[in-house]
Amino acid sequence: MSYLRKVYAIVVKDVAAELRTREMLSSMLVFALLVILIFNFAFELRADNQRTLAPGVLWAAIAFAGTLGLTRSFIVEKDRGSIDGLLLAPVDRSAIFLGKMLGNTLFIGVVDLITLPVFIVLFNLPVTSLLPLAGVAALGTFGLAGVGTLFSAMAVHTRAREVMLPVLLFPVAVPVILAAVKLTAGIIDALPFSEVQSWFSLLAVFDVVFAALSLILFDYVMEE
Amino acid sequence: MSRSNDGEIIRGSGLTWLLIGVTAVTLLASIAMVFGLAPDPVNLVTPTERFAQRIFYFHVPTWWVGFLAFLIAAVAGGLYLATARDQWDAISVSSVEIGLTFITIGLITGSIWARPTWNTWWTWEPRLTTAAIGWLMYAAYLMLRNAIENPARRARLAAVFSIVAFLDVPVVFLAIRWWRTIHPVVIGGADQGMGGFSMGPTMLLVFLFSLVAFTLLYVTLLVLRTRTENLSRRVDDMKQQIIFR
Repeated sequence: MSYLRKVYAIVVKDVAAELRTREMLSSMLVFALLVILIFNFAFELRADNQRTLAPGVLWAAIAFAGTLGLTRSFIVEKDRGSIDGLLLAPVDRSAIFLGKMLGNTLFIGVVDLITLPVFIVLFNLPVTSLLPLAGVAALGTFGLAGVGTLFSAMAVHTRAREVMLPVLLFPVAVPVILAAVKLTAGIIDALPFSEVQSWFSLLAVFDVVFAALSLILFDYVMEE
Repeated sequence: MSRSNDGEIIRGSGLTWLLIGVTAVTLLASIAMVFGLAPDPVNLVTPTERFAQRIFYFHVPTWWVGFLAFLIAAVAGGLYLATARDQWDAISVSSVEIGLTFITIGLITGSIWARPTWNTWWTWEPRLTTAAIGWLMYAAYLMLRNAIENPARRARLAAVFSIVAFLDVPVVFLAIRWWRTIHPVVIGGADQGMGGFSMGPTMLLVFLFSLVAFTLLYVTLLVLRTRTENLSRRVDDMKQQIIFR
């Protein structure tokens, strides 16, 4: 099997396992929608212009829902004992990481795709903003999934498994969330691309650098 | 480790005591210079502002030590991953603890300065925000260590995290460029309205001296803390030997 086939096989395995129960995706989705609703209630009375809050609400929802999925990513492997099988499989550790990371990107991406239209409706945004928003969501999600997958593999070895991931991930992922919020705000305010270009670069650079770094470091996390 | 060495390890070698002595003298000299030698900045008018400005000689070196400590921690973490030698892990964790202490002091001294100068203890200015995030990150590092029982795994995962976390430091510098900020850019900056000032030659001398003093303090603390860490690991080993004898 070529390297890419191995990565693909791991993604397919994760997707198939998830489709049988759908428990992770559905809880992530409901959670993301809940966050958006709660913020709507929480801000409605005080904020004059709800649109100024919209980017923050969207990314809080994606980040929180994302951690839910990322935490599960390795906990299910550990609890079902399948992590040993995965490590014994004749594939490179980096292929396991890439497969897991792409799977996580996919799951959070599905949540993004369903959340975005709801977000656009609730904040009364133009429908045409869906496409650029989806682009930003894809970049931000990839960034979260990159370090998130590494930290998820780390958190599963700790005593406070579920609690550990957000504590590790959120401070490190701040550049992603910040850049994504700024880009989202740029889209909502219909700013020209040149004005938010530096944020786009920051997000792209973070995505690449941290995915590569996690890929290298994953070997040490999984070493038994 | 041979038994004849034990006394020296526990009391500290002559070299350690020399280091402690030099650091103490340099720090005292630095304090004397800050209050005795450094002139008042010319553009700050109110007495409070002029007096508060002197915190600069402690505040900036404190942050310098914080960054240096996290750099050393990441480098030691990388060396641990490469060699799997416990010594590097001991240095890495010691350095993070010292760094966290220093950036806590840096946040506090910054607040003390900001109150008379900006008229607020804290503002969600980007560099301050990033500093607070850095603080949280290294607090998470210590939590991560506490939550793992197996020492080899603890060392490995902590090393991985120290490397990832350190990469956040450049973002601090990106942040100050990309956001509008009220934090004064003292060195080479002309940001004099918000408490910034230009440095004359004497001020620069005092500042550099203070930087050296704080770096020495860091080295001393790192040597002592790493030794404590090694000793406590030896005690753990001995306990294990007694229990399983």
